[in-house]
Parts: sequence; structure tokens; C-alpha cells
Amino acid sequence: MLDHVTERPARAARTKARQPFIDCDIHNYIQSDAVLMRYLDPHWHNHHRTYGHRSNPALTFHGAPYPRLAGVGKRKDAAPPSGLTAGADFDFFRQQHLDALPIEYGILNCLSRVGDQLNSDYDAALARAMNDWQSAEWLAADERLLGSIMVPYEDGDLAAEEIRRMAADKRCAQVLLKPRTREPLGRKRYWKIYEAAEANDLPIAVHFGGYSQNPITSSGWSSFYFEDHTNMPQTFQAHLISLVCEGVFERFPRLRIICVEGGFAWLPSLMWRMDKHLKRLADEVPHVTRRPSDLVREHIRFTTQPMEEAPNPQHILQVIEHFETDEMLMFATDYPHWDYDNPDRVLEKLPEALRRKIFVENARKFYGLEPRAA
Amino acid sequence: MKTLAFSGRLAGAIDCDVHNAVPSVKVLYPYLSEYWQDFMAEAGHPSLEPNYYPVNSAIAARPEARGAGGPPGADPDALISLVLDQTGAKRAILNCLYGVQALYNEYWAGAMATAVNDWLADQWLDRDPRLSASIIVAPQNPAAAVEEIERRAADSRFVQVLLPARTQMPLGRRYYWPIYEAAARHKLPVCIHAGGGGGGNPPTPVGWPTYYVEEYLAVAQGFQGQLVSLLAEGVFAKVPDLKVVFAESGFTWLPSLLWRLDKNWKGLRREVPWVDRLPSEIIREHLKITLQPLDEPDELRRLVETIDHIQSDQVLLFSSDYPHWQFDEEGPLPMALSPEAERNLLFANAERTYRFHA
Repeated sequence: MLDHVTERPARAARTKARQPFIDCDIHNYIQSDAVLMRYLDPHWHNHHRTYGHRSNPALTFHGAPYPRLAGVGKRKDAAPPSGLTAGADFDFFRQQHLDALPIEYGILNCLSRVGDQLNSDYDAALARAMNDWQSAEWLAADERLLGSIMVPYEDGDLAAEEIRRMAADKRCAQVLLKPRTREPLGRKRYWKIYEAAEANDLPIAVHFGGYSQNPITSSGWSSFYFEDHTNMPQTFQAHLISLVCEGVFERFPRLRIICVEGGFAWLPSLMWRMDKHLKRLADEVPHVTRRPSDLVREHIRFTTQPMEEAPNPQHILQVIEHFETDEMLMFATDYPHWDYDNPDRVLEKLPEALRRKIFVENARKFYGLEPRAA
Repeated sequence: MKTLAFSGRLAGAIDCDVHNAVPSVKVLYPYLSEYWQDFMAEAGHPSLEPNYYPVNSAIAARPEARGAGGPPGADPDALISLVLDQTGAKRAILNCLYGVQALYNEYWAGAMATAVNDWLADQWLDRDPRLSASIIVAPQNPAAAVEEIERRAADSRFVQVLLPARTQMPLGRRYYWPIYEAAARHKLPVCIHAGGGGGGNPPTPVGWPTYYVEEYLAVAQGFQGQLVSLLAEGVFAKVPDLKVVFAESGFTWLPSLLWRLDKNWKGLRREVPWVDRLPSEIIREHLKITLQPLDEPDELRRLVETIDHIQSDQVLLFSSDYPHWQFDEEGPLPMALSPEAERNLLFANAERTYRFHA
């Protein structure tokens, strides 16, 4: 295991010769239930121990009902010597990822069970505990790190309350949702979240995953993780359609959304499809006052990982050109997950100016971050 | 008035997705048993006209397809004149979208499928040799669907089996395999067309949307899920001769899905060991997609690049999607294709896919 870790600097040395980058998707995990209890309101301790998590799958193992075949979903070399799960040992994370690569800033997207709970009050209590833990044990520990605010997003009022509570912590860069929601994200039940986010100038990050009552295909549940993972971009596609068609961007003109880990090569196709059919059927949605592709370019951004890898790299460059903007993409590694994108190994063929946009400049602009002295 | 005739560009084309309509459920009664006639009379003669296209919405019918009386596509003479005579197309495949596949009563659905096929043969296929049709089956009951395929297979005017894009379970599931085996046995492609009831599953992976236009847009996501299922469950390994045609799915989403499938297969293939080579190779071998609705960009260069990303000029089949209103004066056929790509699209790919009668 340690052999793998000691190999890292050799690879990293090549990256160090290049410009620093911003990693827009890093996963931190809480060490244990005992640590969670230190932050969870005592009022909920008994509930947590007795009933615990309740969400859609009847099974409780991680990733239910689709076991992650690839090392519980994580890079094997990211498991720390301390025995904690990958992503839970801060010192090891800092050594293996943050210090080994020229990372200017890293955005933490903590994937917890927040947002999945059928009991919204418990969900809100979990969110408060997790956010307080993250601020105390991760954001305070390294100034390169920025956090995402976890919220009980199926309850707009409770979620907005948590956004307002955490917005005072300026190390929180965005609000975190997962795409397997109960309803499309344009529906009014989520508007309180957008109102609070916009008022505090926080973008909304929608990150791969979550549990859901809704099957991932419009014809029911897939059998395999291979399918569930491959189909996940369709949840993002459905949300984009909903956000546009419900007039969310007309109602919240400063709202910004970032789609994390949902792919991006499908976006031109979706923009063309929305432009075409919303023109023909415009009379159904008179509140949509602008062309969908213009709304997308103005309000939505994407992280790169896991990159769709075309056998001909020229094809990916063409897709990026089809966005008609070079500000759409922001680089991410997805450390420590199995489908991690290595900054040395992906997007190698980019012209230098575009590479700088994707690796650092777009994220600086999106999050309002100052360049850090090398 | 804009029509389908586009200055001869469509001469010799094979139109692989044309919709004729059942004018009234009562035209099917001569093809139903006394039991079902009685059942339907008791129920007030329920029409199975689906709501895939709200009838008064712009997309439901091209202006020239809205005639006096009857739903668009119900008049054979008008359809033949507009789709074949005026364009010079040499053949059209009728995909009759009647809501048989959305019924919960599988016995009723099976009886209605048989009746629609009998009616198609009598009232449409007998009328003009340029017309071919898809066999309507009720996937709610695969055994009955197989019987229906066997019943029609000898009539070469039926050129494929029609399944809806929204089913109770993903179409790769073993439950549906007898349908694929029967189709392949008779060298009939399976055409998966937008529509169906989805067994009550919501049309998007995140629940029910507010607006019709969202549901229409979501069709492209539904097809992606079906393609992933057909591949992942090993349908193409189990039935190697099977050809699948997606109709009204759009296709500009295909390259990005192929790239994602290939990447995920490299990481996760031991979960699906029967997928024994790159998903993109398997899919290019088995899948065809009809042209309209074409989700084209303003700049056609980008469309040509996207078609190029499929890495095959043998995937697309020409379709007008008549009577649905999918294009205006620019016509159904993009102007930017090479002569060879245009030839493949207009008829050569269809001739490789279907066994047409003389």
C-alpha cells in the first residue's frame, strides 16, 4: 500500500512543473459515528442510535443496492495507514493529495447521508452536525480548502435555514445537493434553497449520487452499478431541463449551478434539443423568456471528472467548442474515488490557453478566488 | 403552406418513421372477438389514443397534415400523397402509435395489438405496395407478443417489431428476451419508439415534471437508459443477430454515451462479464437510429462533427416523423452531409437493415 503512496511524488513532479490548479471535487469523510456524535445535537442521539438512516433502499450497506465493485468505490492506494476509510484521515489526505499536487484550492464535497433522509428534522440535525464537523476539522486545518454546505434539500425551509446559518463561514463556497431528488430541481419545493443561496451569493453544486424513490430510467430500475453509474448524467439532464422550463433563472437571475461528476460531453446535444423544442412549444412555458442554451451558458458550469474519453481526442475538443464558451468546464479529480482523473493524464491535448481556463481560471472566476502566490 | 416535398432531395428515400392513426376505436371491432367487443361497449368504447402528442399542440401535426375530420395521419390517401407522391420517397414504414402498450390489462393489450395489425394489413398495406408496417405487440405479455410475431412473420409487408421506449422494466431484462429471439428468428429488427406507459415509472429519473415540453425532452434520457440496459444485460450477446432501431429518440446524445459506456466498462466490466468487448463496438453493430426529430445546432458544421463522433455512417436511417411537426422550410434532411453519407442515410442503411417485400 505504502509503495503506491511513495510512487506519487514522481508523477506529481511533472505536474509541479506546470501551473497550479483548482480541484473542484474532493471527498472528505467523517472518521466514525463516535465523532459524529460529538457534533450531533444530543436531542437526536437516541433517534440516531435507535432508528438511524432511513431512505429509499431497503438495504443498508454502502452504495445499496448497487455495490461499488471498485474497492468500495475508492482508490486502493487512498486507504490511509491509520485504518480509517479513504478520505477520512486528514493528515494522510493532505500528504497524498493536497501537498503532492500543485493544488491552489480544493473544493470539498462531503458525501454524507444528509439529504437522503425521509425524516426531514433528523436530516436537518445531521446537516448541522456534519457542517460543524467539516468547518472545525477540515476547513480550519488548511487554508487551501473550501467547503460545501450540506442541506436537507427535500425540505426547502429547513435547507434555507441551514444555508443562512452556514453562510457566515466564508470558507463555505457553495451549497451541496445530490441529483437523485424526489422531484425535478426546477419545482417550487426547491425555490427556498435558491432564494437563500442567491441572497448569500452561493452557487449550488449538484454532485453525482444520492438515494431516490425514482428509478434512474423512465422504464424502471437498472440491475447493475455499471448501469446506475452510466445513467447518472441523465439525472443532471433532467434537472437542467426542469430548471430552464420552470423559469428558475428568470426568477433568480443571479443563481449559479455547478454540475459535479455528471459528465459534460452530452451538454451540446441537450442545449440543441431544448432550443429546438422550446421554440415549437413556447406557448406552454411563456415564463421562459430566453433561449435555453443562453440560460445554460450564463448560469451553469460543469466539472470535468469523470471525463468522457473519446478514442479520438480531437472529438472532445470539438465538443468543448460546441459549448460556444470556454468558461463551461472546471477541472476536478474526485479524490479518493475509483474513477479519479489524474491531472497529468486527462485533457493532455488541450491548447494551453484553454487548459489554463479549465484547470484554474474558470474556477477562480466562478468562486471569486484570488490567485495564490506559488 | 409548407409541405414535405423538398425539391427532389428525398427522391428514392425510405422513410423509416411515419405515423398513421386509428381514426376511431370502432374500426378495430371487426378484428376483435365478441368478448372484447362486449367488454369495450360496456366500458363506453374507450379510445386508446395516447397523449404523447397533445392533439392541439403545434408538434402534434404539421399544418398540411391537419385535415377535416379524424386525427392527423388517419386518412391513407392524404398520407400516401404527402409522404410518398410529393416527395418521391420510394417507401414508408408505418409505426402506428396506438396506446396498446400503456394498458395494464395484458390480455386486453394483446387482443388490441392483434386487431391493430389486422386493420393495418387490410386498410393500409393492401392499399399501396410502397407501405410497410411494424408489428404491434403488447410487451406486457411477452409470450403473447411472440405469438403475434409468429402470426405476422410470413407477411413480408411487416418489416419489424414495435416496442415502446417506456416499459414496465428496462428492455434489457430477461423477461423480454423471447421477443428478441422471435424477432431475430424472422430477421425482423425491433424498433423502439418514443411512447409507452412506462408501467407508471416517472418519465424522468427525478420524478414527474410539470410541463409537457419537459416530458417530450426527457424522451432522449429514457432511450439512453434502454440502450444501457440492452447492452448491460447481454441482449446482444444472447441474440447476436438482433438489430435494434431507435425511432424518435434523437441521436446527438449517442457519442457522449458511447464514451461514458466505454470508460465505465473498463472499470466495471467484471459485473457484466457477458459484455466482452467495448460497448461502443457492440452498439455500432446492432443499433440504428431514425433521423427526425433532429436536435440540430444553428451551425450545421457542429452537427456534421457530432455525426462523425459516432464513427460510423451506417447508424442513421432517414425519417420524416410525419405528421409530427419537427422541421420547417429547411426540410427533414440536413444540407451539410457528404453525398455518400446522404445516400446511406436516405436509403442504403435502411436496405441493409430491413427485408422489404418486392
